[in-house]
Amino acid sequence: MLSIRRDLVDAIVEHARKDHPDEACGVIAGPEGSDRPERFVPMLNAARSPTFYEFDSMDLLRLYREMDDNDEEPVVIYHSHTATEAYPSRTDIAYANEPGAHYVLVSTRDDDTHEFRSFRIVDGVVTEEEVQVTDGE
Amino acid sequence: MAVEVRIPTILRQYTGGAKTVEGTGDTLAALIDDLESRHPGLRERLVENGSLRRFVNVYVNDEDVRFLGAEKTPLNDGDNVTVLPAVAGGS
Repeated sequence: MLSIRRDLVDAIVEHARKDHPDEACGVIAGPEGSDRPERFVPMLNAARSPTFYEFDSMDLLRLYREMDDNDEEPVVIYHSHTATEAYPSRTDIAYANEPGAHYVLVSTRDDDTHEFRSFRIVDGVVTEEEVQVTDGE
Repeated sequence: MAVEVRIPTILRQYTGGAKTVEGTGDTLAALIDDLESRHPGLRERLVENGSLRRFVNVYVNDEDVRFLGAEKTPLNDGDNVTVLPAVAGGS
């Protein structure tokens, strides 16, 4: 199960809406081993594409250095699908390299409502999990 | 010639859990061969048909090796190598 604060959910959805129709992506870092997403880190989609996302390689290096220095890990790795459902694609599964992370997908294909779903992706196997949205800090 | 290599979580299964390992080599390709001799399986995750895999980022002293010479990037004693899988996907 992913337990995540409402303001972080709102921040992810807002980022996804802002970058629509391109895919938006980012991380929510949290203390190592805590499974608690805390620090919202929107990333640039270096691919600037409606069907693909990739963190810029230098941004990626900076992000991992920063997390290392703070004893953090990527608790959530999120991205949006802008024309399809919020479910990991074959590409998403092939490149999923953080077995400890919650992979959050947001779909912005509908203007009025969004889908917000979370998955574990381990060794090519996708498992959807419940999302519990909490209030407050 | 010793080079320090930072290993990402996903590849620590090959290094007995170690976050950093040491290796030698005067190019990145030679370093990877040297690492493979002590950490079998690692090379396959980094290299495909003699070239670095598209979705693995390797940095020498914080520079992306794609802009340095890829697997032919020269290495010197004391260099730092960082390996990070790309964070990527698509719909």
